[in-house]
Amino acid sequence: MLDLLTGFVAELRAAGIPVSLTEHLDAAEAMRHIPLEDREGLKYALGASLVKSSTHWRAYETTFEIYFSLRGPEYQIGDSDFESDGDESEDNEAAKLAGRGTGKGRGRGGGGGGQEGMTSEELAELLYKALLGSNDAMIAAVARHAVARYAGMEPGRPVGGTYYLYRTLRNLDLDGILTRLLDDARSGSMSPPAIEGPGTGPDGESGSGSGSGSESGGGGQVTFTALEERLLRDEFQSRIDQLRREIENEIRRRLVADRGSEALAKSLRKPLPEDVDVMHATRDEMVLLKKALQPLSRKLAVRLARKRRHGRKGPLDFRSTVRHSLSTGGVPLEPKFRYPRPAKPEIVVIADISGSVASFARFTLHLVHAISSQFSKVRSFVFIDGIDEVTRFFENVDDPSDAVHRINTEADVIWVDGHSDYGHALTVFWERWGEEINPRTSVLLLGDARNNYHASQAWVVKELQDRARRVYWLNPEPQAYWNSGDSIVGEYGVHCDSVIECRTLRQLERFVGDLA
Amino acid sequence: MTADTITSGFPVAGEPRFDSIDAVRQGLASVDYLADEGIAGVVYLADRLAKPVLVEGPAGTGKTELAKSVARLTGCRLIRLQCYEGLDESKALYEWNYKKQLLRIQAGADEAWQALEDDIFSEEFLLARPLLEAIRSPDPVVLLIDEVDRVELETEALLLEILSEYQVSIPELGTVRATQIPLVFLTSNNTRELSEALKRRCLYLHIDYPQLDRERAIIETRVPGISAALADQVARIVRSLRTLELKKLPSVSETLDWARTLVVLGVESIDAEQARDTLNILLKYRTDIDRAAKELAGVELAD
Repeated sequence: MLDLLTGFVAELRAAGIPVSLTEHLDAAEAMRHIPLEDREGLKYALGASLVKSSTHWRAYETTFEIYFSLRGPEYQIGDSDFESDGDESEDNEAAKLAGRGTGKGRGRGGGGGGQEGMTSEELAELLYKALLGSNDAMIAAVARHAVARYAGMEPGRPVGGTYYLYRTLRNLDLDGILTRLLDDARSGSMSPPAIEGPGTGPDGESGSGSGSGSESGGGGQVTFTALEERLLRDEFQSRIDQLRREIENEIRRRLVADRGSEALAKSLRKPLPEDVDVMHATRDEMVLLKKALQPLSRKLAVRLARKRRHGRKGPLDFRSTVRHSLSTGGVPLEPKFRYPRPAKPEIVVIADISGSVASFARFTLHLVHAISSQFSKVRSFVFIDGIDEVTRFFENVDDPSDAVHRINTEADVIWVDGHSDYGHALTVFWERWGEEINPRTSVLLLGDARNNYHASQAWVVKELQDRARRVYWLNPEPQAYWNSGDSIVGEYGVHCDSVIECRTLRQLERFVGDLA
Repeated sequence: MTADTITSGFPVAGEPRFDSIDAVRQGLASVDYLADEGIAGVVYLADRLAKPVLVEGPAGTGKTELAKSVARLTGCRLIRLQCYEGLDESKALYEWNYKKQLLRIQAGADEAWQALEDDIFSEEFLLARPLLEAIRSPDPVVLLIDEVDRVELETEALLLEILSEYQVSIPELGTVRATQIPLVFLTSNNTRELSEALKRRCLYLHIDYPQLDRERAIIETRVPGISAALADQVARIVRSLRTLELKKLPSVSETLDWARTLVVLGVESIDAEQARDTLNILLKYRTDIDRAAKELAGVELAD
């Protein structure tokens, strides 16, 4: 058991979660107090002692599911590490898993799509009923079946299971089912759960939370108000999400049985939200990033405000020292110091928002404006091949993300063809706004400098540098790709104070923090 | 500092307060706090491992309430330290009672200095602040250090000794050890990253918005006189609102306020209009309210 924990901790560290030795010891200690049959309890106990940040929880959960995977009811969790090798046991495991639950399927799960006790139509029907009734056990059973039938898993392939998930979900046609559920609800074959409580399906299947009374009895109702409709949709959506999670778990369980925990953990390892490469983030990761951005900008603002207030001590403040010495009879017991009030910098952001780097530009604009109180002035410009000032969008807006959204739709950034032209954009900037750059301004240029082989007009950056306090270039591409293909970041770079690779939120936060 | 102040390994836990995780959960339920698996598990562990619990999560999800409920459940006194910027040793740990010391010196004007000095730095002149009070107390207590993220990073260090060793070192007096191991809860609203040193000493518990079932149950226990149907509807609408992109999502405490309002207004079942009129209890930003009202009422789904 301790070996298993050590492997688990090693994997967490590899995934980027910092686990100290003390925390490891705590976890070992915690394990002694939790009965091993209580898998959920174990998960929370280990989580409480190992993971100290809510953003890491998801990564922890995935790793936990892999290392302490359920292998079937008759196996102790603790023994799981020894069962995973060998093709025979793996096939048996899968078969058991498939066989359990409904008692109908005899699918050889590991081989994928083998013999089944029922047709796809029956399965779809079962799924529909399970979702309608919100029956947890039934949803789980359907998930098992669906995976056995559609995923087509092949033993021994070094994959993380995303493809299997996709294949299963495609066959189940969840969108179709959602529409059907809503249609049926509307046509009155089912009473709205918003009023009667969940799980009062036509077959009388009682759901998980049927605590609410059904005295209102509005059966046969055909039209819903918008509110009811919305609640209904949310209800079904959450059930479908539950199904999706079950399927994911099921696939993972089988993969663990097939390949062993360590191998799978390696292929499932995902970067933590703050380390995700913004340019190549998947849609799910993007959602996480957006969530992470809000607290991050708030924290940054708090930190900077504190830094400014509690900054280093300055030179002796003679007047104040003498004044305070009066209370000690003229003896200057307590020297007073002048606190430096560093000038707040002015920031000009010039961001490329063409497709390839758009998301990165959005994050940076969001972050800079979220902490705009730390700067005396923030002006933002966006360009593709034309350039437009977007500062006005951020004025009098509570939420920077609204403004960022408006930029995407309203800013006038297309001049000819909508392909990045840094040269033209910079020239126009210099002609129209160049006068306003002064020695207190820091200029941030954002983009990958992929100029589609237009003229670079790098002299503008040189002029900017002469006039501004600092010029930074933030490049969201990995450093290895710079100056390859049509990237001419080097040409601009020689005129910048520094060119910084800035691919993740963590890097971005550090840069902005240093700036203020 | 003498050698005996150095203790090794884990602090020894006292008599277990709870039998099992389930006992914790049922106990908390009996004082009207509905814990989920994670919350109950961590409270149980905190008792067994004699470790403090660091509770994080969005505002209004019942972090402080958890500490209060545990205190009520175990019948312990709750000692609360509210953190704020500028909190220091003399407010958190202990302070010498200068005035009393001065009086003592004046009263014994003809005494030998040595005797006097020993005397004025004795426990009699010590004002115990919450942290010291918690470990000096002879009866078991629950210590709540609220909103620990509000103190400066440097001030956090004050807490470290008490959190790991349950003792306070007073230079003039020596080390004060805990007579019993208190249950310690720290809450944080996550406005800044807490130091590694602090996190390492604690068990971590993240309390998120509850699942639908739990929220409904919370409404039913906390709002007297609410009908089951209304509680269900409230929970559903709140869940629906939480999926929107709002500046401040409705918290559990706001949900409860809303439910109470609806009960007072005598609402039996919410329609879009009533929801819109009372949304200002649930949401605290103008833009959020507008958006939510639009979402709840306006959109006729076209499919």
